[in-house]
Amino acid sequence: MASKLVDSVVAFLDEPFDAVILGVKIDGHLLVEAVLIAAIVFLLMQKSYQPEKKPLTQNEIDQLCEEWVPESLHPPIREEMKIKDPVLESAAGPHTTVDGKEVLNLASANYLGLVGHPKIKEACEATLNKYGVGACGPRGFYGTIDVHLDLEAKIAQFLKTPDSILYSYGLATVASAIPAFCKRGDLLIADEGVHWGIQNGLYLSRSTVKLFKHNDMKHLESLLEEVMREDKRKKKALVRRFIVVEAIYQNSGQMTPLDEVVRLKEKYKFRVLVDESHSLGVLGKTGRGITEHFKIPVEKVDILTAAMGYALGSAGGFCTGSAKVVDHQRLSGAGYCFSASIPPYLASGSIAAIEIIEDNPDLLVNLRRNIITFRKCLSSIHELVVSGHEFSPVIFLQLKKPVSPSADAAILQKIADQMLEESVLVTVSRRSILDKCKLPVGLRLTVSAAHTEEELHAAAASLQRSVQSILQKQ
Amino acid sequence: MAVTIPYFAALTTYFSYGLLFVFGHLRDFFRGFTRSDSTPPEGYAPLCRDFEDFYTRRLYHRIQDCFNRPIASAPNAWIDVIERYSNDNNKTLHRTEKTRHCLNLGSYNYLGFAAQDEYCTPRVIETLDKFAISTCASRAEGGTTSVHEELEALIADFVGKPAALTYGMGFATNSTTLPSLMGKGCLIISDSLNHSSIVAGARGSGAKVTVFQHNIPEHLEEVLRQAIADGQPRTHRPWKKIMVIVEGIYSMEGELCRLKEIVAVTKKYKAYLYLDEAHSIGAIGKSGKGICELQGVDPANVDIMMGTFTKSFGSCGGYIAGSKELIQYLKSVSPGHLYATAMSPPAVQQVISALRLIRGEDGTDRGARKLAQVRENSNFFREELRKMGCEVLGDADSPVMPVMLYNPAKIPAFNRECFKRNVAVVTVAFPATPLLLSRARVCISAAHTREDLVRGLEVISEVSDMVKLKYMPPEEEVDAHLKEKRL
Ligand SMILES: Cc1ncc(COP(=O)(O)O)c(C=O)c1O
Ligand SMILES: Cc1ncc(COP(=O)(O)O)c(C=O)c1O
Repeated sequence: MASKLVDSVVAFLDEPFDAVILGVKIDGHLLVEAVLIAAIVFLLMQKSYQPEKKPLTQNEIDQLCEEWVPESLHPPIREEMKIKDPVLESAAGPHTTVDGKEVLNLASANYLGLVGHPKIKEACEATLNKYGVGACGPRGFYGTIDVHLDLEAKIAQFLKTPDSILYSYGLATVASAIPAFCKRGDLLIADEGVHWGIQNGLYLSRSTVKLFKHNDMKHLESLLEEVMREDKRKKKALVRRFIVVEAIYQNSGQMTPLDEVVRLKEKYKFRVLVDESHSLGVLGKTGRGITEHFKIPVEKVDILTAAMGYALGSAGGFCTGSAKVVDHQRLSGAGYCFSASIPPYLASGSIAAIEIIEDNPDLLVNLRRNIITFRKCLSSIHELVVSGHEFSPVIFLQLKKPVSPSADAAILQKIADQMLEESVLVTVSRRSILDKCKLPVGLRLTVSAAHTEEELHAAAASLQRSVQSILQKQ
Repeated sequence: MAVTIPYFAALTTYFSYGLLFVFGHLRDFFRGFTRSDSTPPEGYAPLCRDFEDFYTRRLYHRIQDCFNRPIASAPNAWIDVIERYSNDNNKTLHRTEKTRHCLNLGSYNYLGFAAQDEYCTPRVIETLDKFAISTCASRAEGGTTSVHEELEALIADFVGKPAALTYGMGFATNSTTLPSLMGKGCLIISDSLNHSSIVAGARGSGAKVTVFQHNIPEHLEEVLRQAIADGQPRTHRPWKKIMVIVEGIYSMEGELCRLKEIVAVTKKYKAYLYLDEAHSIGAIGKSGKGICELQGVDPANVDIMMGTFTKSFGSCGGYIAGSKELIQYLKSVSPGHLYATAMSPPAVQQVISALRLIRGEDGTDRGARKLAQVRENSNFFREELRKMGCEVLGDADSPVMPVMLYNPAKIPAFNRECFKRNVAVVTVAFPATPLLLSRARVCISAAHTREDLVRGLEVISEVSDMVKLKYMPPEEEVDAHLKEKRL
């Protein structure tokens, strides 16, 4: 039966039939081909095979929601989280009050001793009386007060840059400046020891980030070399490329060899961002920072940022550089556009502080002398290692015989507590779990121009005693 | 509440932006032949990409005199605005010695603490004498003073939480706290119109971030259900934790958060709730305690209460309030606590004094009167604007009220014409709002007198007629609706 059918079909197809459509003679083969093409088209138009997706039913979702158990909002409180921060009962000058007792203050980064300076106080009081405390709005919306503009001009004049821009918080300054210029695809090469504000900026920019070993110019150069080779090979479009360093590292007290950084950035056509938070008012003959120290023209640094909560004895931060660098941030610096401007009295305070630095170069002489004196005293304590650059006003001390990071921190904290007993306030640097910096923590001492040499000698002696008594008990 | 833009306004707005873009690009094209000073040195990419600063060069510069106007007085009810001039077609502006005395409808001075105050200022100056302006240290490393501790106890008590922590900047309060609590494997569900500081914090945390439709609890519920059912992307593991972030008053919309419903949803699905009260703390609620008080929500239902001191309290900084353990945890991990310079002591004192006044602890009813005044002023102003036929967004009691402008040309027109008549207003455009929804934003203060408000309304009415802002027919119905809402 079936073979009969096939036979008749074959016979039918073999039969020459002369249909002529639009001048084309159609025979049996053509018909078969047409049917095949139609079949292929038909198959192609079918959806590809997919296992049928059944969305979860409302009941199933209800059940999943019912079963879900979230973690607690925060991890349990461990013993080492319970550190009680010292509470000051008077201004954080070279001496302050803790628990009703006068202590020598080696915790505040009051490098030039400007905390409580009468000229700053006077300027602030006048501003408070005229403008109140807060600016009650962002810079864009009537939060720009004339003293803000005055301070921006003053900073630019002091650092010999074209213009500058204020932020109301030091930590938010770099964290806003970096993402204003670097986006996805751009390249940032930073020191692995940079402080959290910079790390946050690097992360928020979504750029490619490479880290070089702490203050290791050889490693920086090898990274730059690698980038250049990669670029040559791939012939990629130019992206914005920055080297990011701190003049004096908040996490270690090391100083960036800026001459070398500038040489490298020019050789490899990078731009450079330098955070001068701990070098402004510290380095250079007149306190103009690391560029003055290395006698490098400030234009070589493309973006310069600094917090005003250290040597200037105020708060907030600024960024300075070319007019373009500054103007661009006025519309794209997140912490600038979307936050109330810095209280005018703090701006007045900063202006007064810069004027004091300009008028009193001997403050810098005192500061440097104190740093050198103190470092010398400290180096005679054999149980501890003194780290950081010889001009750094922030000094880190680590145990010569480290045990483990957490045990060391506990020992150092005991030493700090013991020193407070002896009326010297020092702190152990603390590192957030969010912080990617892996440099060791340590006892952190800050030197001020307002300390006397005797006080520093006495502090070192107290440290010596505390170290011995604590280590003996271990 | 969705803004429905009138057809005609939408059409003309698109047309205007189209025109601006075409001419901007034409000018860019011709600039290519004439100017080359902006090209970077050989081997360097330009500092700003062309499309990044097209907006600045071709749109913003034309009207930049409407923004960043400097003032030479406290940002109180009346301000002295410094006049500026430009020699290069508005590209750069220079200060003059002249000022213009203007009614201030722009500052976030809800309770009128921006200026000198007989109670606050002497105390602030006393603190300045005692503690100077800075501790030059982070809170954790020698920057904590007794005033900080006093404020933290006070603000915790005020918002109804066991403990609180303060930071020197509201923006950084969000941008450092969120990464401290959320991370990989966590989910943040954020209101689509949340503030940039929340966006920065959420992004910085490394958690997955999704949004729900602005202020719609039903959509939040949908997003939450789907998120819990799906788990983490790719691995489908369950989320470690989920946090919902909302604001008390949305400052670009003038809207109040639908907190009660949102609390119900977060409770049902075991998500944590983070409430940013930047604009609502001190500004709304019978005793100024913000959105919880206004809507009768127990603060215990909000896991993390955040707020700023830059608005109602006339100071700077921000706080996080929550359980004792939460605060203790934050003290050990939050970069804002460990690394940033502590809040300036006189600014701390300003908040303490303002809070004492609000709570009547100064022995007078000045605080209570301020609270009543800002509410009365706001509702009066909003109602009058509506009656006038302006399109006002937002809810009753909110001291922030946007007035819709739509067309880009109306931004400078409205702003400059009001300024000519000595009224300082804020106009907001893209990118702070969607392209089509440019608006003026009025912020009302307890420091405004009825006379001030009437004067402001007269000017706005006159200018609105001039630039055709009265999109709505002045209706009776609107009033009735408002009254009903207030009951
Ligand atoms: C909702 C919200 N959160 C945070 C902030 C930032 O506060 P601050 O101005 O104190 O940085 C603002 C300010 O505009 C805000 O509106
Ligand atoms: C280099 C540097 N920049 C900025 C900041 C933050 O400064 P502020 O405390 O004023 O927010 C810090 C402090 O951690 C810092 O070390």
